[in-house]
This record gives sequence, structure tokens and C-alpha cells, in this order.
Amino acid sequence: MKGNFKKPVHFMLVLVIAFSMLLAACSGNNNGGNNAQDPANNGANNGAAEENKTPQEFRFTLASEPPSLDPALMTDAQSSIVAAGLYEGLTRLNTKGEPENALAQEIITEDNQNYTIKLRQDAKWSNGDPVTAKDFEFAWKRALNPETASEYAYMLFYLENGEKYNAGEASADDVGVKATDDYTLEVKLYTPAPYFTSLLSHYTYLPVHQATVEGAADWAAEANTIVSNGPFRLTEWKHADKLVLEKNPDYYNADAINFTKVTISLVEDENTVYQMYETDKIDWIGAQAGSVPSDLIPQLVEQKKAEITAVASTYYYLFNNNKVPFNNVNVRKAFSMSIDRQALIDNVAKANQTPAFGLVPPSIAGPEGKMFREVYPDTGFSTENVEEAKALLAKGLQELGLSEFPEVTLLYNTSEGHKAIAEAAVDMWRTNLGVEVKLANQEWGTFLETRKAGQFDIARSGWGADINHPINFTYDLIYSKSGNNDGKYNNPAVDKLLDDSLVSSSAEESMAKMAEAEKIALSDDMAVLPMYYYTTVTMIKPGFEGVISDYAGHIDWVHGSKK
Amino acid sequence: MLRFIVSKFLYMLLSLFLLITATFMLMNAVPGSPLQSEKATSEAVQKNLEAYYGLDKPLIVQYGKYMNNLLHGDMGISMKKKFQSVDKMIADSFGPSLRLGISAVITAVVVGCILGIIAAMYHRKLLDNLAMIIAVIGLAIPSIVLGPLLQYTLAFKLRWFEVSGLEGPLDYVLPTIALASGPIAFIARLLRSTMIEVLNADFIKTAKSKGLSGYVIIVRHALRNSMLPVITYLGPLTAGIITGSVVIEKIFAIPGIGKYFVQSVIDRDYPLIMGITIFYAVILMVSRFLADVAYVLVDPRMRASGGKGAK
Amino acid sequence: MANQHHGNASDHLSPELFEKLEREEVLKDEVGRKSLTAWQDIRMRLLSNKLAMVGFWIIILIILASILIPWISPQDHYTTNLQNTNQPPSSTHWFGTDDLGRDLMERTWKGAQISIFVGVVAALIDLIIGIIYGGIMGYFGGRVDEVMNRFSEILYSIPYLLVVILLLVVMEPSLTTIIVAMSITGWINMAWIVRGQVMQLKNQEYALASKSLGASAFRIIFRHLIPNAMGPILVTLTLTVPNAIFTEAFLSFLGLGVQSPTASWGTMIDDGVGAIFSGHTWRLLFPALFLSLTIFAFNVFGDGLRDAFDPKLKK
Repeated sequence: MKGNFKKPVHFMLVLVIAFSMLLAACSGNNNGGNNAQDPANNGANNGAAEENKTPQEFRFTLASEPPSLDPALMTDAQSSIVAAGLYEGLTRLNTKGEPENALAQEIITEDNQNYTIKLRQDAKWSNGDPVTAKDFEFAWKRALNPETASEYAYMLFYLENGEKYNAGEASADDVGVKATDDYTLEVKLYTPAPYFTSLLSHYTYLPVHQATVEGAADWAAEANTIVSNGPFRLTEWKHADKLVLEKNPDYYNADAINFTKVTISLVEDENTVYQMYETDKIDWIGAQAGSVPSDLIPQLVEQKKAEITAVASTYYYLFNNNKVPFNNVNVRKAFSMSIDRQALIDNVAKANQTPAFGLVPPSIAGPEGKMFREVYPDTGFSTENVEEAKALLAKGLQELGLSEFPEVTLLYNTSEGHKAIAEAAVDMWRTNLGVEVKLANQEWGTFLETRKAGQFDIARSGWGADINHPINFTYDLIYSKSGNNDGKYNNPAVDKLLDDSLVSSSAEESMAKMAEAEKIALSDDMAVLPMYYYTTVTMIKPGFEGVISDYAGHIDWVHGSKK
Repeated sequence: MLRFIVSKFLYMLLSLFLLITATFMLMNAVPGSPLQSEKATSEAVQKNLEAYYGLDKPLIVQYGKYMNNLLHGDMGISMKKKFQSVDKMIADSFGPSLRLGISAVITAVVVGCILGIIAAMYHRKLLDNLAMIIAVIGLAIPSIVLGPLLQYTLAFKLRWFEVSGLEGPLDYVLPTIALASGPIAFIARLLRSTMIEVLNADFIKTAKSKGLSGYVIIVRHALRNSMLPVITYLGPLTAGIITGSVVIEKIFAIPGIGKYFVQSVIDRDYPLIMGITIFYAVILMVSRFLADVAYVLVDPRMRASGGKGAK
Repeated sequence: MANQHHGNASDHLSPELFEKLEREEVLKDEVGRKSLTAWQDIRMRLLSNKLAMVGFWIIILIILASILIPWISPQDHYTTNLQNTNQPPSSTHWFGTDDLGRDLMERTWKGAQISIFVGVVAALIDLIIGIIYGGIMGYFGGRVDEVMNRFSEILYSIPYLLVVILLLVVMEPSLTTIIVAMSITGWINMAWIVRGQVMQLKNQEYALASKSLGASAFRIIFRHLIPNAMGPILVTLTLTVPNAIFTEAFLSFLGLGVQSPTASWGTMIDDGVGAIFSGHTWRLLFPALFLSLTIFAFNVFGDGLRDAFDPKLKK
């Protein structure tokens, strides 16, 4: 190393080069950041100038970035939460989860299959163009167009020939939607659907601005290219960082909107989210923001700082109905009966969930304005009884001709919460039934594929509602040919009831048949092991009103206000 | 010299090519696909999606197409974040990661050097042990513990800092400490061992014999001649910190590139996985390339042995 | 060199050049220098390094505890007790219990077994591959070296995290997967160090002599060269162990660690971080403390080992 002493020049040179490069790279990026903010700041000034009321800001976080703000391409809760402020559809769900007219002035139908929808005439796009029935026709056909490759196109399969058009077997003209004039939309469904007005509030049914969409495929990827029609406008979208929405002064019902600015930060770590709330950087915590740390929930609820609301989702374990030993109904029953759901909820899940014995959650609407579970309770479906479970297990093993319980594995997707529940369940089976169940976790993508392929004994599952109707939890989960029936439960009697329910003459009869099918599958057959119905724990800063969680647990902030 | 640089550079390109190919194949061999979702969609929908992203073509055709686009500077469009181009996602998110990385590197070098100098000056004395213990404690507390602890105590409890974000200069403090604590120890030990060696070299003894003060000897002569390994380590260190800040970015909610990295693999977002892999690999390769070149520039003897590594 | 240093210094008069030597140190120098073999010499230097010895004893104690405590303790690491969750440390549960009521003392030391096992096995795999690969590269040199070296460089330029994540996705998360994932790029550093050593040593007289006597390349590499390169190899090995333990913790934090209900320090820290808010600090404290202590111990011991092997640093 002595040689180095003679070459101070080289040494300094390297040093200078290294640092100047670092600095150049650094300052270059600073500039980039500033430029990106400029248009947003302009937008903010405009918004403030037009607003006379005192500014009201609402801040919350989302755990992940909305993958898309293009209604045809949205697939997830994050997108729908932003879209609720950004766009206005024909109907909007109220706080009870019932559809109310939004852009639709009047929805006329006699048979629940043919609809005439009259639109209000004072709605405008953010570029000043009027919102017309043609925008809806265009949006729906675009989502169905195979070239759009919309994942949620199937939400529009209710339209006559919708599925055929999407599969390339019919043309756009065959699809059952037509704008007969600027403010009248004629819709024809392939089958009567009494809940169509609920469907109309779903994001796949939102309108898009034709010229904008045709102008650029990536129109919805940046704040300054989105053309929207909702109560808010997107003024800033710093990817991976935050979205800023500001009140749309041209919104037809602007008086009903109180927030002037809504900031949505993207924060993944739930401990960080909680600290942000407590240090007053955000105003709300709830499901899509990453949950409140579970150890804190009882304490926070007691202090009335957090609130628990029911959510239309069910947590359950799938049995592989095609594989020994869970092809035997008595073994399945034994496993379900030996779980102490309330203990699991109190000590592990901790958010005051409701023990589940069926699949349809309590917050799903039922017949005659009542809740589905009020009319068809799941309490009689099965019981928790360790002694009976032991007897059933012995009986089941005998029927299978097994002398001892085979090695089985419980598969769950990687997550702290699922892990804790799985550990507790396995321990209950060990203590109560004397059987060893192994645990395996897989990361989400692999997990889905393994589960779809039926390569499991028991697999964790959770199911949420797309629409507020029990069909989401019956036809989707226990119908033998459903793509979501990953446990491959198959009972022709259940299939027949579900088939019949779709062509029932009344909504009441349809629901009764679904209830009957659910009872057979869960009470007699124990197709799956229901664990609990989800709840969501939310925290909101004092002074805010009207920010609620809808039936599915999604934040509905559009009509919120601050004192 | 030129020949050395050119050959290094060509090998770098070859490495990159092999890496891209291997990642592409491995990625496609992994179960799961970017198009899957929990809710079963219709077959038609799946087909449309596959056709749209070209996933219905044979793998080799997809590969050819990707390479062709890449040669034209197009890394494609994310399959999960609809219509966001991968180049832009990387460009946008690299800023915060880089700024944080530089802040951590500077901290690591300054603190590491101070500890290293103290340790070397008082070799085998109490201060040596003390400096080394401090350095190694920093190394021994993993960032997955240090990050949340700093956040909880200094930001959440004491409110000296914000718990998240990277807006003001103060926001850099906590993530910088969490990121730099490991490299500090590395630099301190590196500098210590070189400097002990240098302090025993003849020219230092000469300087001492000329009656120069201890301070002048350390700064003017010993430090200058001991910095070489540290300097060559700077490139890989910067690259390592920038590509290794995934957890810290998650904890402090920093909109950096690390956030995309793990998520892209979990989402099977093929274009984004490829984009970030290439980007990370280029950073790593270029930093090593520069380190090699710097090494040869400074010490021509290294040319003979191919200019390898810092040791 | 120490003796030389003092000899020269005595020619000059300026007082700050003098370093005061402890009496023992002087004695040790005088006794130690000439009569000992190289290995005894190294051991002597290591033993006299207090910090390194502290590290050494911490390692021994932690290994002993991880074997003995789960063995003698009446608790086990997987039985949950939902009536007894989040209990602070007490006489029945010295380290408290976690959110499922499991004994944390048991889990911490079971976790120690896993973490140390991962660290040691990963280091050994690195060692074996590194010695073979590096030995061949260094001994044969030329074209062989060129090709093998390029290969290792390419592997080294792959973002490490990517390999690990992809592998953990392809294979199911398990101890084996973690070790395999860490070994894929982990051995390269070792191989380069062996290569450098072998290149230096292969032209030494004893190697040349052995060669001229017709010994096979294999024999020369493994009987003559590697034993003489043991110093840097051992040092690298000691520093690989904490790295591997670290990586396991890091992967567990990303949810890619060992399968539950098996605990490792990484998975326990991951669990424990969320528990600080509810005041259950012991859930983070114990695994984090012992993880840090282990890493600290391996590092100071490794540093001491390096000092002991490196004649340039000897006093």
C-alpha cells in the first residue's frame, strides 16, 4: 500500500468523480420531484378560489395503490374507494347499502329484465362536456369488448349477449344496452335480476368519457389526463405515495358535498398507519388502510376510540371434499365441532367477529326489507361439542377404513392474522381430537394456484360480497360447477335448488331456495368449516361525520363532513 | 488500461444478458400468473386478458418480443398497475430511494471513519475497544428492529420526528440511521485495519520523526492513505443500501423503489419484475465496474490480477 | 511489526512517540515470539484479545442455552393457551407469553436453535462450495479461472433479494428453502477469498515440491494449499454465520420464513414489533436481544480471529 502515497492526484480525482456523480444524480431527482408537483399546486389554488365555505380536509391511507382508475379495469377495493369520489354512476348505495338514484332520474321496469333509465340532464364531465346516456352505452360495451381485456367484464354479463360479445361470439350491436336519446338508456338483461339497481352502483357500470378514452389508452394513469364526472376531481396522483382529490364545484349536487380536499396516502405497514393516526397525520383507520394492530383493539374499543362494524365477508376453511379423510362427512363435522369459535375470536382475531355456522354474513340484505340472517338464522346449522366430535371422528375413520388419522396439512396464505388463527385451530384439533395437523403457508399467488388446483387437505378461505345479495355466498361457493368452489363440494340437490332460485318468480322465493341450499350444504354436509363473519375496526378523529363503512366494509367518505 | 475497461464493460453486458434471460425464464416458471384473481372469472375473460398481454404466445416468442422492446428502450407496461409504464414507475420511485441512500452512505462514511480513526489511533487500548463495540452494536441490531424502535420512541412517543414520509430534511434522520447502522460498522473496521497498517509504515514514522503533530499525521498522511479501501467500497455500498432498503421503506412509508420490488414478485407483475431486476443489476454492476476502474487507476499493480475486489 | 517499531522509536527523542506498555504485554511478547508454532501463536493472540473472548463465551453460552433450556423446560413451544395470552414475564413464564399464550422462553430458545442452525449450515455450505470452487479457480488459473470467475461474477450481480424471493415462491417456505436460497449466492465471497489465497500459495516452495513429486492437483489443493489458507477462510466463516442469521430474520420479516408453529428469532421479531404499541414489549425484547447478542458475539469473535491471523496487525 505504500505506493498509494505517491498518487494523491489520482486519489483525489476518484473522490471528486464519485461525489460529483452522486450529487448530480441527487439534484436531478429533486428537480423532477418539484416539477411533478407544480400542476397539482395550480389545481389546489383554483379549487380554493372557487370554494366559499371553510375548507374541510379529510385524510386517510390505503394499504396499496389503486391499480387503475379506469372503471372498466378496476378490480379491487382500493380502486372502488377512490372511484366513489371520482365518478358518478346511475345509482349509488346509501348508508344502509340500498341503491338510490344518482345520475339516473328514473328507472322504469315491469319485469326486472327490461329497463328504461332516464338520466338527469345537468351532469357534466370535468372538461365541461355533458354526461349523456351514450357515455354509459360506450362504457359498458367497451368493458365487454374483448380487446379491452377487462377482468370484471363478467359483472356486465347480465346484459343480453354481454357474455357472447366478450367471448367474440356476438357483435357490440347485439349487446342489450342502447342510448335511444341523449338522456334515455334502454337496457335488456338475459334473465330477470331484481337486484339490477344495486348492480348499477358497481364500478364496472360507471360511465367514461368517450373522446378521452379513445384518445389515449393510458388516460386513467395520471391525474392530469383523467376526465371524470363525480363529486371530486383528482388533482394530484404521486404514484406509490399519495392521491389528492378536491371538491368538484361543477358537480350537480355540490351542496351535499362538504369535504374540500381529500388526501389519500399509500402506506403499507399497519403499525405505521396507527402511529400516523395517533400523531394526527391521518383522520381515519379501517380495513383497506391496514387494520388497527390486533392487540390494541379491545383496549381501543373500550376507550371508545375505535368502533367495530360488521362486514359482508366470511372467514372459513375449505375441506378438500375429494380427498381422504375429508371426503367423509363425519370427519368434516368432527373438525368443525371441535373448534371453539368464540375463544378464537376473543383471543386471536379480537375484533368481536360473529361466530359463523353458515356462509351468508349477517350484513347481507334479505327478503322484505329484513336482513337475510334474520329470516334464515344459521344458529341451528351445527354445534360445538368436543365429545360428539370425537365420536364422529372415530365413526368417520371407521367408515373410511382407517386405523389412525392420516397426515394432513392446513394451507393458508402468508399473513400474521391467518397464521395466528391457523396455529390456534391446529392446537384445538390437537387438544380436542388428538390429531396432528401440519401447517403450511404460501405467498398469495402460489396459494391461489395451489388452492384452485385442489392440492390441499384444508385451506384457508375468505369471501366478500361484490353486491349486497346472498347469491354471492351461495351460487358462488357451493354450486358444484362454480369456479370458486375450490373444495369441490358436489351435491346435486343443492345444485338443483340454486338453479331453481335463479328462475324463481319472486325475490322471496329465490332467497328461500338459496337459504335451503345453504342449510343442506352447511348443516347436513359440512361442505366447508365456517369460522366467523368479518367485522372491520375503524377509528375516526372526533368532529368527522358521515364517514362510514358500507355493507362490505369499504370506507364511504364521499358524503362526510367535519365540524 | 483502455483494454481493461472495454473488456470489463463487455463482460458486464454479457452478464446482464444472461441475467435477463435467466430471470425471464425463472419468473415464468414460478407458479401463479399476473392475471389470476381470487374470484374465478369466465374463460372468455381469461382468454382476452392473456391475448392482451401476449401471454398466450409460446414463452420463446414472449422472450423475443421482450428483448426486442428492451433493445429499443421500452420496458413495457405494468400488468397490475394498469397503463403505468415500467420506466416511469422506476424513474419516479428511484428518487426517494436514491436520496435516502446517499444520506445513509454519507452518514455511514463519516461516522464509520471517525470510529475507525479512533480505533486505529488507540489500537489495543480502551478507546479502540469502545469504538469497535459501538460499531458492532450498530451492526448487531437488525434494521427490522432498529427501524420500528426508532419510529416508536423518537417519532411516536417523543414526537421529535414524523412517523412516516420523506418530505422535510428531518424525515431523513430515522430511516438514515436505520440504514446506516450496519455499514458504519463495516467502514469502521475496514478503516481501522488499513490505518493500523499505514500507521506502522515507514513514511508515517518519517513524518513523526520530522516532528509533525499527531493530528497532522493522522489527517494529512495516514487517513489519506487508508481511505482507498473505503473509497472502492463506496460504489457497492451505495448500490447495496439502495437495493436493500425494502424493509425500511415499508416501515417509514417511503415511496421508493423497494416498495415495488417485493410487491411485483408477489403480484407476478412480469414487466415490473424484469424492469426492477435489470435496474438493480445495472446499479450493482456499474458500481462494481467503477470500483474496479477506480482501483486500477489508483493502484496499477492491481491490473495484473484483474482488479478484483476490495480485499 | 511491534518490536521493530519500538526499536526505531527509541532512536528519537520526542516523548509522544512512546507508548506505555502494560507489563503483561511486554512479557507476553517476549515469551510468545520465538518458540511457538504458528497455530499456538494465533491462539495466544486470540486468547489475549478480551473482546474476542467475550464474544466466544457468549456464543458458547447461547448455544448451550438453546440446547439445554428447551430440553429441561416443562413447557413446549407450540401449545397455545388462550386463557393466558400476553402475560408479562413471571416465575412460571420467565420471558412472558405471546398472543396465543405460548411460553416465550421456550420459543426464544427453540428459535435460537433454528436461527443458529440456519446460520451454521449456511456458513458450512458456503465453506464447502467456496473451497472447492475457489481452490480450482486459484490453482488452475488461466482459462479455467477466467471462465469460472466470470460465472461467479454474473451470479454475484443478480439482485440477491430477487433470487431469494423467487426461490421461496417456487419452493415452499421452509428451513431447507431458506438455506438453499442463501447459499445460491452466499458461497461466492468465500470462493474469491480462497482463490486469492491459493493463487498466492501455489507458487510457494512446498507446493511446487509436492507437484514435482507427482502429487495430483486435488491432493495439492486440499492437503497443502487449503490448510495454509485456513486463516482468512475461518475469519470469513465466522462472519458468514451472523449474516445468515440476519438474512433469516429479514426473510421472516417479509413473511418468507420458517413454517409456523416453529419459531425462529426472525418470525418472533416480526410478531413482536406489532406488540410494542399494546405495551407487550417483552414479545420483541427477548428475541431481539438474543439475536443482537449473537450477531454481536460472532462479529467481535470474527474480528479477533482476523486480528490474530493477520500478522500485519499483531503487536
